[in-house]
Amino acid sequence: MKKNLTARSVIIVVTMLICVFGIIGFPKSGAELVNNFNQNIRLGLDLKGGSHLLLEIQVQQAVKADADQTSDRLKEDLRKQNISWASMDVTPADIPSVTDADSIALNIKGVPPTQTSAFRSLVAERYPSYILTAVNSTDYTMKLKPTDLLDVKTDTVKRAVDTIGNRIDQLGLAEKSVQQYGQAGSKYEVLVQLPGVDDPARAKELIGTAAVLEICDVKEGPFPSREGALAQKGGILPLGTRLVKSKPRGTGEGEQWYLVSKTPVITGREMRNARAGQDEFRKWETNFNLSQEGGRRFGRYTEANIGNRLAVVLDNQIVSVATIQSKIEDSGRITGLGSEDEAVDLSRYLRSGSLPAGVQYLEERSIGPSLGADSIHQGIIAGIAGLVAVIVVMLVYYKRSGVNAVLALALNTVILLAAVSYFHAVLTLPGIAGIILTIGMAVDSNVLIFERIREELRTGKSVIAAVDTGFSKAWWTIVDTHVTTVVSCAFLFLFGEGPVRGFAVTLVIGLIANVFTAVFVSKTIFDYELSHTRQLQELSI
Amino acid sequence: MQLFKNTNYDFLGKKWPFIIASLVLSVAGFASIAIQGGLRMGIDFKGGALMTVKFAYPPPLDKIRGAFSKSGKIKGDVSVQDFRDPQAKNEVEIGTELVEEKQLNVNRQAMEEVLAATFAQPGSGKLDFSNTGEDALAGRLRDALARANVPMSEPQLQKLTKDILGFRDTPPRSGIITDFNQLSSVPGVNSAIINTLQQECYLAPYHVLQTQMVGPKVGADLRNKAVYATLYALGGMLVYIAFRFEWIYGLGAVIACFHDTLITIGLFSIFHEEISMTVIAALLTLVGYSMNDTIVIFDRIRENLKFSRREPLEAVMNRAVNQTLSRTIMTSGLTFLTVIALFIWGGPVLHGFSFALVCGIIVGTYSSVFVASPIVLFWHNYTDKRPKAAAAGTTVRRGEASAPKTPAKAAK
Repeated sequence: MKKNLTARSVIIVVTMLICVFGIIGFPKSGAELVNNFNQNIRLGLDLKGGSHLLLEIQVQQAVKADADQTSDRLKEDLRKQNISWASMDVTPADIPSVTDADSIALNIKGVPPTQTSAFRSLVAERYPSYILTAVNSTDYTMKLKPTDLLDVKTDTVKRAVDTIGNRIDQLGLAEKSVQQYGQAGSKYEVLVQLPGVDDPARAKELIGTAAVLEICDVKEGPFPSREGALAQKGGILPLGTRLVKSKPRGTGEGEQWYLVSKTPVITGREMRNARAGQDEFRKWETNFNLSQEGGRRFGRYTEANIGNRLAVVLDNQIVSVATIQSKIEDSGRITGLGSEDEAVDLSRYLRSGSLPAGVQYLEERSIGPSLGADSIHQGIIAGIAGLVAVIVVMLVYYKRSGVNAVLALALNTVILLAAVSYFHAVLTLPGIAGIILTIGMAVDSNVLIFERIREELRTGKSVIAAVDTGFSKAWWTIVDTHVTTVVSCAFLFLFGEGPVRGFAVTLVIGLIANVFTAVFVSKTIFDYELSHTRQLQELSI
Repeated sequence: MQLFKNTNYDFLGKKWPFIIASLVLSVAGFASIAIQGGLRMGIDFKGGALMTVKFAYPPPLDKIRGAFSKSGKIKGDVSVQDFRDPQAKNEVEIGTELVEEKQLNVNRQAMEEVLAATFAQPGSGKLDFSNTGEDALAGRLRDALARANVPMSEPQLQKLTKDILGFRDTPPRSGIITDFNQLSSVPGVNSAIINTLQQECYLAPYHVLQTQMVGPKVGADLRNKAVYATLYALGGMLVYIAFRFEWIYGLGAVIACFHDTLITIGLFSIFHEEISMTVIAALLTLVGYSMNDTIVIFDRIRENLKFSRREPLEAVMNRAVNQTLSRTIMTSGLTFLTVIALFIWGGPVLHGFSFALVCGIIVGTYSSVFVASPIVLFWHNYTDKRPKAAAAGTTVRRGEASAPKTPAKAAK
């Protein structure tokens, strides 16, 4: 019995020490204690402040962009092979939701029946990722094969996650997370969590709502206004062009509008890298790199268009217009920039501005730090009030055994906090409520045992026998009651998010720790007390 | 000190008043929900955009409403209301209704703009100190301090902005200071810095505490999750209890839990409280907790049944309840103490959560005795009566004491 007692006491003390270490480390000063505590116990967004943003990548835009580019390539190919056609377009024109991605198709009308086989073999050879369906003897529809469509979509999301991650990096946050979210069927969602960000507007600006990068052929411009441009063109824009405004640079520059091609030569998907630099005359320029495929296409285009201009269009606004000096393949530079700022900004747009498709915000929770501070303050006060009430009642009702229960409760709370620290769990406001609730529920186990002991004493058993029986009879009831709440919390954890999860976690850990403290620790304390006296007539309970 | 020593109340005999009370409460709850046309849903389930704003003075609700209705930027209804919690002083909730995501984002942006246009000085070129962040403040101060020839290294500047904003955000100021001179107690702040702040910034009379936006997709998702979590949790518990006790005990316990949840939701409706995801968490916790109570009593019943097979079930149940009475009152009482502490001091964010727990603990405790046990009792009485009726048929019936056996058998 005595050896057992020592062993058990050692286990308890060691557990205590490990837990305390987990919470506050080995502090050498008061300030370090607070510091360690803050580092070990991670606060959730609702306590620390910050932004939780759920965005949906508009993959349908990437699919359409792909179809547009395919349309251009096909036109070129048909011309080269002298296959005629009447019209070609991409439908649907309006793609407001991600589900529209599946219905995007390229329609070719008016291919003469004599050229059908030439047409079919051209498509089969050069466009293997598309399925060609004949609508009638002269009209066809091309749609991406399901596997290729899926590839485009997943690739787009992955690139968006990377790009957004890069952009967020510029905020210089220590802790942030950008991750893909959502179950099958809605895998286009990205969850961005920015703890400590006190300016959600800036974060959203940086992520950009629909920042799509395109490099387009400039047909004509600049025009001083949209109306002026339309007037000059006789009221209708030529086929395949659009009017885009130039992003104003500082003050003193009026609006400028350019007529550019609708389909871009290069999109963000092909942009690999960009950085600001200085040329041999110390003038600022931006160097950029494209992907291999992009480089090939760009090379063909620039070779055929030396002397013409191209525009860098970001979010449907022109950020830069440059003249093509020579053939550029996968690495080029944009010169003639006014200042270092311009070069740096442009490189940033090119580099991080290459979201392959737009994003739409599905959910936002932005919590200011003052609300977090308030919540913590209130949570602590409520916790202390509850704790004091419970301790008082336990001591008054169960007398010295109440001390036993309070010690077990203290250890329970310490284990709970340590577990939160070791598992890197996040403490939310409902999580604090969970800790407070654990205090109330933990005491339940002690009450069960004590009431049982009282009963056994009433039947006339000796003190030691009563204590032993009390514990053993109450054991299964304790397990039963804990299991049900743990089952509840397990489902809460599965289906909940953020704050609710924090609650489920703290409650579950608290209850599991409680099984240890209420039974093992309480019993050890009782045994310790009882082992000191030979024949205990009365137990203070 | 011991309360409830050797009590012997006839709980199950007096079950009817409590069952009726339960029914009345349930009906009242349903009626309230029906009259109000549904439950008050928080933004989690209702969707829309919601901005919580703290003012430096009691917020002028009419002025705010007027400003929003006059502005053309927001499509749909805008609601402006006071916070219901006494700890939320001068706080206002401005909400727009659920629209599809694109417009919702526009609305959300517009809310901030309208508020700024009405109460702040957006065109003045000065920084809104009440609603600024560390980066923006540091950016402003960097140039201004350099111009004012106040020496400041970059790490010093970062620490200074952090401390200044930390001071602004801790209670009791909680985001609003009324005068820049209040900052003099922040380490590192001297009169030169206060002057610079006064030149570069102004103090808007409001501070945005939080902004939430839930689009239709996410709203539907959260609603589904809430329902699934509840159903699965109840199901899981039914399985567990059926496994540990007879199945009728499991059913009794689950019905008791359903009863608790329904009455609590009814109370939410009667008291005009909002249902959010954390409230669902509270309800599920209640379910688990109510199961606790029920299990403790059932455990005792099972234990007592082992020793007294001849006693009628009602007496055994009564004894079990009386034996566990002390424990039940103590536990519920102690948990109730902690939950009341949460309700009184926990603050507005946890308001719905703690309200659910307060109601639920009271209801959950009495349902274990007056709902769960009677159900088991009714079932056993019903199933026990049938074999008794069969036995009665073979013995002589009272009115036909002298009749021969055969006609009695035929009459059966």
